[in-house]
This record gives sequence, C-alpha cells and structure tokens, in this order.
Amino acid sequence: MTYLRPKFRHPELQKNKLGYTVDYYEGALSTLCAGCGHDSISAGIIQAAYEMNIQPHKLAKFSGIGCSSKTPAYFLSNSHGFNSVHGRMPSVATGANLANRDLIYFGVSGDGDTASIGLGQFVHVIRRGLNMTYIVMNNGCYGLTKGQDSATADQGSKNKSGNVNLFEPIDLASLAIETGATFVAQSFSGDKAQLVPLIKAAMNHPGFAFINVISPCVTFNNNMGSTKSYDYVREHIEATATVDFVPDMKEISVEYGKGTHKNVTMHDGSVIQLHKLAEEWDPLNRQSAMNAVLNAKSKNEILTGLLYVNPDARDLHHMIQTTDKPLNSLTKSDLCPGSEMLNAINADLR
Amino acid sequence: MEPTNINNPEYFHKVVDCQHACPAHTPVPEYIRLIAEEKYTEAYMINWDSNVFPGVLGRTCDRPCEPACRRGRVDEEPVAICRLKRVAADNKGDVKQFMPQAPFKQNGKKIALIGAGPASLTVARDLAPLGYEIHLYDQQKLGGGFMRSQIPSFRLPESVLNEEVNFILDLGIHTHFNEYVKSLKETLDKDYDAVFIGSGAPKGRDLELPGRKEGAAHIHIGINWLANVAFEHTKNVGKKVIVLGGGNTAMDCCRTARRLGGEEVKVIVRSPFAEMKASPWEKEDAAHEDIPIIDNHVPKSFVVENGVLKGMTFEKVTAEYTKEGKRKLVPVGGADVFIEADDVLIAVGQENSFPWIERDLGIEFDKWNMPIVNEVTFVSTNTKVFFGGDAAWGPKNVITAVAHGHQAAISIDLTCRGESMNVRPSPFVNLVSQKMGIHEWAYDSAVVNDQRYTVPQADKKITLANRKKEVELGYDHITGFKEAERCLNCDIQTVFTTDKCIECDACMDVCPTACISFTGNASEIDLRSMLKVPATNLSQDLYVSSALKTKRVMVKDENVCLHCGLCAERCPTAAWDMQKFFYNVSKAGSGCASHK
Repeated sequence: MTYLRPKFRHPELQKNKLGYTVDYYEGALSTLCAGCGHDSISAGIIQAAYEMNIQPHKLAKFSGIGCSSKTPAYFLSNSHGFNSVHGRMPSVATGANLANRDLIYFGVSGDGDTASIGLGQFVHVIRRGLNMTYIVMNNGCYGLTKGQDSATADQGSKNKSGNVNLFEPIDLASLAIETGATFVAQSFSGDKAQLVPLIKAAMNHPGFAFINVISPCVTFNNNMGSTKSYDYVREHIEATATVDFVPDMKEISVEYGKGTHKNVTMHDGSVIQLHKLAEEWDPLNRQSAMNAVLNAKSKNEILTGLLYVNPDARDLHHMIQTTDKPLNSLTKSDLCPGSEMLNAINADLR
Repeated sequence: MEPTNINNPEYFHKVVDCQHACPAHTPVPEYIRLIAEEKYTEAYMINWDSNVFPGVLGRTCDRPCEPACRRGRVDEEPVAICRLKRVAADNKGDVKQFMPQAPFKQNGKKIALIGAGPASLTVARDLAPLGYEIHLYDQQKLGGGFMRSQIPSFRLPESVLNEEVNFILDLGIHTHFNEYVKSLKETLDKDYDAVFIGSGAPKGRDLELPGRKEGAAHIHIGINWLANVAFEHTKNVGKKVIVLGGGNTAMDCCRTARRLGGEEVKVIVRSPFAEMKASPWEKEDAAHEDIPIIDNHVPKSFVVENGVLKGMTFEKVTAEYTKEGKRKLVPVGGADVFIEADDVLIAVGQENSFPWIERDLGIEFDKWNMPIVNEVTFVSTNTKVFFGGDAAWGPKNVITAVAHGHQAAISIDLTCRGESMNVRPSPFVNLVSQKMGIHEWAYDSAVVNDQRYTVPQADKKITLANRKKEVELGYDHITGFKEAERCLNCDIQTVFTTDKCIECDACMDVCPTACISFTGNASEIDLRSMLKVPATNLSQDLYVSSALKTKRVMVKDENVCLHCGLCAERCPTAAWDMQKFFYNVSKAGSGCASHK
C-alpha cells in the first residue's frame, strides 16, 4: 500500500512574483473520497493563492466540521489554520479578524456546517460585513454521516438510497444577497476556469465575499435523480458571465463584443472583467442579482458566476471604527496613552 | 488531435524511455523490479534473452538507456541501470537450466559466422536452438571478439566473459578458432545456407606524422596494443606514456598503461575536454588513476633521437565555432609544446577493413568501401550474406551489435524457411492491470527520493598493481535494492478509459508533476501550449483521449509522469488504471513466423 505524494514536481513550473512555484501552496494529500468535488475546490484555492502572489503566512484558514471543513489540511500548508466547532467558524474568524486585520481570512464550510447547524452564525457574519472569503462546498448531503439529505438538497431530489427530499432547500446565494453580503458568487467544482478567478476576486474583496460552490459528493450524492451530481449540474448549469480577475488593470486589455462586457473596478484599482452571458442582469444591483437567481431557479437552471458585487463595500472594522493596526503591534503607549490624553478626552465630554 | 491509439504497442513502448533507447530493447523496469525482489536469476534471464551478455554489459555497456531515463528529467541523475544489470549477473543462481539445452534436432541448414564477437555470438544463440548447424570462425584462440581483445580485464574479468561466451558455445556451436578467413569466396563455396559477417571494425587508425617510421618500435596502434595485452603478448610499457585520442579506447589504453608500468601516463586530445567522445564515467575513472587529460593539443611530430623515441611535439589550439556550430581548431600561436614519452599509444579511431571479401561475389560496396546493408534485414546485396555489429556500419558498441545479431538471425531464419525477410515478426506484448485493492498495486508505486548510489571501487593500490583486478566492486544486495527502488516503473502504464470518466478533475489535481489536463481539443502544437504546464519536450508524446461528455479531451504529457499511480488512486470510476506493459522484441523462431 502506498499513498504518498512523491516530492518531485514538474521541472518547468513557473514561479509567481514572490518566487514560489504552485507546490508551495499545496497541503497534505487528501483523504477524502476519490473524485470528491471538494478536492477540486482545494486545487482551485491553491491555484488562486499562487496566482494572487499571496504570502502564505499572511493568510489564515478557518473551517467548522464536515468533509468540507477537513479540506484546509489539503491546501496552503504554510498558512495559519483554525479548525473550529461545528457551525461556529464565523465566530472564530470574527475574533481573529478583529485581533489582526492584516491577514487574509479564508473560511471553508459545507452545506451542513453553514445551512443547518451554522445558519445563525452565517447570516450574522454577513450582516456584520466581516472582511473574509467564505466558501461553501455544497454537495446537498451529509457526506460524513453517509449521505442524508442536507438543508440545501433540492425539493424532489433523490438520494442514493432512493428517498426523495420533501423540503424546500435553503438557497445560500439568495440568503447571502438578502442579508447584505457585498460579494456573492456561485460556481461548480468541475469548472476551474470559472472558479479560480472568482476565488481571486473574492480574496481581494474588502468585505464579506461569499462563494457557493456546487461540489458533487461522488460517494453519496452522484446518483440518478440527484440535483447535485456531476451529470445533473453539467446539464443545468448557466453562467451569468465569464469572469476574469485582474489585480492591476494595466496588465491586460481584452476586447469584448459591444455591449456584452462589463468591468467592475474596485477601490484598490483591481478589476473584475465580466463577459456577460445572462440578459437583464446587473451585477452591481442587488435587486437585479436576486431576480437573476430566482429566474434561473424557476427554469431549473443553476446560475453560476459572479451574482452580485458592491465595489464600495466597507467591512466590520470600518463600521465599528477599530484601530487600523493589528492588536499585536500596538505598543504600551498606544494602549495607555497617559493622563494627558485622558484629560483631553474628559475635557471633550464637559 | 486524434485520440491516441494505445493498441499500437509502439506507443507504450516509447513511454518506457530506457527500453526504447536500448538498441536491443531490453525490458529494463521489469528486470529492475526483479532485482529489488532479489530474484536475480529471473532478472538475469530477462536480460539474457534480450541482450545475451548481461554480465559483460552490466560492466561495459555504453548505456544509451541512462541518458534516456525519465528519472533524469525530474531528479539529478538517472537510475544506475547498467550497474543494476551487473547485480543480477553477480548474484544469479543456476541460470543454465533455463537456457535451451543442446543437442537440438537439426533442420539441415548450415550457417557460417565470421568473427566471434557479440554480433555473431547473438546470431549463434538465436539460431542454434532452432536446429541450425552453426560454424563460428575467428582468428583468435577464444571467442568474444573485441569484448575480449579491447576491453581490459580490470573492467571486465575474463571469467565473466568466458562464462557468457560459453553459454553460447555450449549450444553445440562448431568453432573454428585460430582460423583467419582469407576469402569469403572460399567460405561461400562450402555450401552454407547463409553467411553472417560480424568481423567488427578491426583496423586502428594511424597517424602519419614526422618521426612515425623512425620511432615505430615504441609507437603502437591502441586497439592492437590492447589485444596484445589481453592475449599476453605485451607485458610492459615505458615509464612515460602518451595516449593520443579522446574516446573510450584511449581511456582503456591509458588505464592499461598505468598497470603495465606506466608512471607518467598522459592522455592528449585535440578537442576541448567537454567534447571528448569518451563516456564521462570513463574520464572520471582515468582521472582517479592520476592520468591527466590534456586537451586542445594537436599532435605535430614524433621526436626521435638516435633511433630512440623521446616524445612528441604538439601545437596548442583553441576551439572556435561557426554560426552553424561547426568546430574549428585554431592555433593560439607560440612555440610548440614538447612532451616526453617512452611509448606512444594511438587511439584516434578505428575502421572497417574487408580485404578478404572478393568484390565479385555480388556484394556491393559504397564509395567508402563499406558494404551496402539493408537497415532492417541486415542482408547485403548478396541475399546469402548478412552483416551486423561494427562490420555493418562502423564502430558502435556491444549492445548495438547484439541488436543487429537478433535481427540478422530473424532474417536468416526467414530466408532459410523460404519466407520473406521483409515481413518482420511482431513484438511480444502484454498489458495487465496492477490493481490489487484500494491503495494497493502489484508494484512499488511509491517514489523514493534517494540520490543515485555510487558503485564502490577497489583500492587503487591493489588495482594498479594487477591489471586483472576488477576496479568496480558492484553494488551489494542492499545498495542494489535501494538503487532498484529509484526506478519509476515507467512500464506500468497509465491507461485511460474515456467512457468511465466523470470529469471530476481528481487526477489532474493530484498529479504531482502536472501531467494531466482536461481541455478543448486542438492541433498538437496548440494543445501542447494549452496544458497545465506546457509540453515543451517534443520528443515525448501526448496521450489524448477521445471526446468526453463536455466535449473536452484528457491530455496527458508523458514527459515527467512518475508512474506513481496517484491518478488511478484518486479516480472514483477507475477510468485510470495502472497496467503493466511488457514488450519483448521477437527473436528468430519466436513470434508469428514459427506458427506458420
């Protein structure tokens, strides 16, 4: 029996701006089932972090419990990580973010961890606009406990043992738009060409960025009648737009056909280039984004791509006006400014 | 691109780089695995079947397999394939029981083989068991040809050579040793059904420089001198020796000279050091025996005083290159260099020579006085006369001679049966899944990180004192195992079944060397640039599937695949499988011909 990844890599791997090849962003070899969509998403995260020239020590990964929440072991081994309690990842991420705002916060969760036990935490972290990327690896079942229907399983979807789900699903993307997420996207684990630019744009987004990724459970939910199988998703997928994320506009110029492209410029000058495929959809308009999702749903389509983005997003630190430095860099004089400052404050209040 | 046709055995054969590069196409990974399992006898027999002289080649092969070895493209050095072969030969058990046992039922056909080197011996081995009466001619008293006369005993002990030559002679070969064939016509008149000429390239090139005649007593042609040492006609040499030439013969000459009393032995070459023809390891061995290699010196004259050789003069040059990369040696000016010498050995190349072949026998010769030989069948323009080894196209090496011998034997067999020798037998091919269970394969799929192990050598004091003492000691069992484990098992093929694939990307994501991509189809040149890592090594093929459900194709760049099996382990539907590919070149009498 051998289940080890050889140390050799392709000798012609390109280095990113930091001088790292993509393997520097790898994690341990996955112990998920062979063919799990989650592994593809992990590979997408590795690729995105490599292309974004991220210093691994400037990123922190968070997860809850479940198959999805195991994946931080399988990417970015050189980054910080916290595997928290079931459904409580947003709280831990909030604490970490408030303590050190300089890191990139990257949360990974599943449909159980987010839409069932963690639903309360999920909507509240969105409301607060925590600056983080939140990916749900959504397979519509509880893979770790042998495939019971989860809260995101579609009504009428059949699971592996033949049971039909009777209940309305929770649509995480609509919920995120509804509760105020400033970046909402949907994707499919089997479409890295779309997923990787979305992850890059999400990591760069200065507020709460949510990506709901349909990720087939190859063991328990890849059967006929399931609406989260590889075949079903491929047959019903519709994209809002092809996406490209350009960290610096000067680097690239792409000509699109007239009237079909849209560039969304973020505050830091980075650009999300969209080659629109969906009609009557404006990614900057929450209402329009909601409509697009609902329209697709009524046609039994799975709408993927960027759904909604607010380039003027402000995060939690901005809202509650915290210090602009990480807490660990505050010195004694920052924390105890002395009696002169106290007097000045008191004077203000008189 | 069109989907790859993996039913053509040549596709997977090419993936096994070492085997493909070997002129005799020895199934290298197969025998390396057997060595790792300590099945030395079996490993030896795989070799014996394919290359006839495993013990000899395990010490002296030019190893075209090693530069081809895939490991060399991902690691610093390739697997020590050649020296592993020696491990099999050194540790083998009773192999003779697995060889054809004479006497054989005769088929009434008589074949003459001229020259008892590796090419002729291979023909003898392949044809004798089929019932041919083989007559082997050589001017020397023993068989082996240049393996005996040119390769010094400190690299190839006589006992090793004798054993492997005798395996063949014991097949009931009629030997005519000490018999120089003066006339091919006479041989043809003896009613042989076919004559194979494996007489080598026996003529050492000379250097006609001033002083050559006057100093003749102490100026020797390298290959003749080596032969005289081997047959113990020459037993000593002067204290100061110059060896001219930069090939492996020069290396053998200088190292032999060190053992016959040469104290200051120098190799002097015209070309820059890096461009010498000698194998790098042979240059290292010479350096290890304190033999300086002086490059960029063109010999000008032999200096003879009062009838005694005093040394040689050289002109110093530097190499300049034209735009086309052609080399020119340009004098640097200044006085000529004088180097003292008691003896000079000339090892500047060797040539074919066929004074004994009459030109009216229907054998056509080209303008260089070389016979015209068919590159597939090895037949000359006289359909009864075949050439092989160095005799066919000039000096090459032992393994090439063996490969020629196999093919010539097939031709001779076919023609003696009255069949066309242009219809070649197909190779023997097998492809079997290696899956044993979850995470379990019938081969060691884990890729070890070990660096290449060096072969230990005997103490220089001992080896320089005795020309018969072998320098290399060979790997012991444990080192042999460790080196064998470095083999990537390139013959365990990644076989892809399109209709099982669900396009989950698992194989693409897990592949450590980014070999696998799923992409839209395109022409080969475009496809190569569209992959996860562009496939820039054009000598390595792309494995392309037919169209998948999404209209994409799976493309695998064979270049740096580690054959670790992770793609197959991570495949949920067994669309990938690891299958052992065995490819064996058909020998005379095997394959399709014998079944007719």
